[in-house]
Amino acid sequence: MTLDELKPGSRCRIKRLSVRDKLGQRLLDMGVYPGSQLKVVRNAPLKDPMEVSLEGFFVSLRHDEARFVEVELQ
Amino acid sequence: MKRERTLVALAGQPNCGKSTVFNALTGASQHVANYPGVTVEKMTGSYRSDGTRVELVDLPGTYSLTSFSPEERVSRDFLIHDNPSVVVNVADASNLKRHLYLTFQLLEMQVPVVLNLNMMDVAERRGIEINSQELGRLLGVEVVPTSMKTGQGKEDLKEAIARIADVGPGERLAQIDYGPMEPPLRKIQDRLSETWKGPRAYPLRWLAVKLMEGDPDAQERVRESYSDPEVCLDLVEEIRSAFESEHGETPERHIAYHRYQAADTISRSSIKTRKGEGIPLSDKVDRFVCNRFLGPAILVGVIYLLYYLSIVQGYNVTNYTWPFLAKIRGLTEAITPSPGFIEIPLIRSFALWFVDSINALLNYIPIFFILFGLIAILEDSGYMPRMAFMLDRLFNRFGLHGQSTLPMVLGGIYVGGCAVPGVMVCKGIPDERSRMATILIIPMLNCLAKVPLYVLMINIYFAGQKGLAMFFISTISLLMVLPVAKFLTLTVLKKRPTAPFIMEMPPYHLPTIRGVLGRAVERVWLFVRKIITIVAAVAVVIFVLLQFPGLSNERMALYNDKKEAAISSFYEKIADVPFAQDLQGERLMALVLYWDDYKNAKMMGRGKEAVEAVNAEFEKKDPAFFRMANPGKDKTAKKVNRAFKGLIKERQQLLREIKKEKIDASFLGRIGRAVEPVTQWAGFSWRVNVALLSAFAAKESSVAALGALYDQGETGNQSLEQRMAEGEAGFTPLHALSLMLFMVLYPPCIATTIMVKVQSGSFKWMLFSMFYPMALGLVVAMAVFTGGKTLGLTGFQAMFAFYGLALTATIGMGLIKNREDFS
Repeated sequence: MTLDELKPGSRCRIKRLSVRDKLGQRLLDMGVYPGSQLKVVRNAPLKDPMEVSLEGFFVSLRHDEARFVEVELQ
Repeated sequence: MKRERTLVALAGQPNCGKSTVFNALTGASQHVANYPGVTVEKMTGSYRSDGTRVELVDLPGTYSLTSFSPEERVSRDFLIHDNPSVVVNVADASNLKRHLYLTFQLLEMQVPVVLNLNMMDVAERRGIEINSQELGRLLGVEVVPTSMKTGQGKEDLKEAIARIADVGPGERLAQIDYGPMEPPLRKIQDRLSETWKGPRAYPLRWLAVKLMEGDPDAQERVRESYSDPEVCLDLVEEIRSAFESEHGETPERHIAYHRYQAADTISRSSIKTRKGEGIPLSDKVDRFVCNRFLGPAILVGVIYLLYYLSIVQGYNVTNYTWPFLAKIRGLTEAITPSPGFIEIPLIRSFALWFVDSINALLNYIPIFFILFGLIAILEDSGYMPRMAFMLDRLFNRFGLHGQSTLPMVLGGIYVGGCAVPGVMVCKGIPDERSRMATILIIPMLNCLAKVPLYVLMINIYFAGQKGLAMFFISTISLLMVLPVAKFLTLTVLKKRPTAPFIMEMPPYHLPTIRGVLGRAVERVWLFVRKIITIVAAVAVVIFVLLQFPGLSNERMALYNDKKEAAISSFYEKIADVPFAQDLQGERLMALVLYWDDYKNAKMMGRGKEAVEAVNAEFEKKDPAFFRMANPGKDKTAKKVNRAFKGLIKERQQLLREIKKEKIDASFLGRIGRAVEPVTQWAGFSWRVNVALLSAFAAKESSVAALGALYDQGETGNQSLEQRMAEGEAGFTPLHALSLMLFMVLYPPCIATTIMVKVQSGSFKWMLFSMFYPMALGLVVAMAVFTGGKTLGLTGFQAMFAFYGLALTATIGMGLIKNREDFS
């Protein structure tokens, strides 16, 4: 399952990132790394992008970017 | 021994209050420039401490120090190449763990770090207790807690900076243990130390970690400074893939993970949190602000308020500031040589033209000041990322970015913006391709200066459908801009680097008055400095193009004859009154000037008292003239007054005719004629061409230039609307439509062009931004005019047809998929 499929309110654990370089490094630097916990907070009014919370740190990203984040629901 | 100068860098993640620290330390002595070769802003400032001049460089806020974004690259390069004596790492004390991620990277670079725990007040309010002594011991650096918003801890920080500048970095800097990656790191380090050929030494461990991360810039450093670099890089690649297959994870993720782990360990042992984490206030606010229905409504409200306060209210303020500018003009009139009966001294017309050009821009300063202040509030409060969050989907479809929202609002997304601040705030867009696209389309939005021409055209040619026509022109620019943006990103901008959208949604902050005012002043100053000088230069060029080569001697002689005729007819009329003796020779011209001054002074004065004061002043100046100018019941004076009025009228008409003929014969007039064979397909006569050409300095001039060109003279009280309708009998609504559409797509004014140069960092793009709208504008105008004529459409029908076409293009372009950026 990938992050872009999750609905607002779902909590998950990050399993793997299937992208490297610019986007991959950026995800890591913003705290999206395997093992970390994540909660989907909301979608934008036009459905994209989405906002997630990483231990109280709020980040928004496009669904196109979230599909590289493999997660497992909790 | 004391040094004379200490270089200090300020590093930190976004939203850590770094600019507050910078402002608190440096006060008013700040300077903005760009880092060489990139459009990243470099803020520098300084203060004196104990006889030492401390120079502060505020590095851009970054989450990390990779080479994937220009901000991170310049920060990193500065730390390595400029050798700052102290690096102040500003961190948000209320969110320390996250900020330590960057701290560890700084320590890895072995720079002399002082850790500044800022926003201690916020942390305390949230029940977070930090043992800064323990934290300092664990990290091996000095830790200074501050709450810079109130200035608390400022002196401590200055002292710490002075101390570290003297003694250098601590002995026992914390180092991350990368666990199973340590042996490969050592292997790379050994290899590097063997082949290093100088002259520039990088911290070896840092370089090794960067190489393991696969950092392209680090590889470049190796190629520059090490012998047989390819062998070395091959070895690194080998080690990287061996590590990946052995441990089942990429090296960069391993490194990031260990940094977070280290940050977690350290923050656990030095931070105590009393209260449990509730839902942060900002998140509660966002439930409304980013709500599916309420969010867009609030957004529209904010945009409306921005417009209303800056454009509408700012415009009202200019009513109060304009008299000052008018005084400058008046002063210029007073000190330049006075005009002759029909000869205006060149120096006078030049000085007045120059002052008018500059004044036209200075007049915008109140608007800009309010606008920049409001933008600073939006930036500091944290609302900007929310704006981007809500509109990214829409703009992304057209190759733009969520953060294109503000530039487009400022540029005039509906009607009445200004491209200069619009282009100016484009620097916030992290994605270079979208940023360039935004910069290039902003000038096509409806700026304030385009509006007078629209109003003029609509009043004459679409008088029956004013509302609809105004709606058309207000919205058509967006419908042209969006497909053009998409087209640009698919073509000329295709190769420009992009960046991930991923963006922090920072907690809301209450902006400080000082921060907001400071930024507003700084940006207005930037505008004045950058723009005014160039506009002045261009004003000179346009002046020359309009004034020269001037009238031939024969023509001038003809006008002289007319002048003599007018004057002698005047003398004939007043031959029988005693005043006539007093009006011979130079006295006549003196009366002309006196008359003008008197009329102007009376226009400026409001109210009965002011008029009386003016009267008294002029009576004192020349009692004889005053009797003629203000005859009252005096019959003979009245007679002179009437005759003189006739003479003045004739003089004004002569001046107008000369001016018109001068423009006709000028270089600009010739250019206008030369391009007529092309522009005729768009329905532009050469006169319209001249007006459009002179609009290049500032678009307001288009209406003024049309005014001069269509000046009929005989019936002085006709409005420009009537004059133009008469002057161009063949001009139809279709002509007007084509002219308006050309105006929408008209190349940016000089001021905007300079901003494009600043924000794109390239002369080439500046030229492009001038020529492609011109080409596009001509194509559209020709298509509408020639197409409409061929199909026999009226202007109004053509308007509808074009609107449909633009709407189709917008929807069509929106459906084209963006290129896949990441895989």
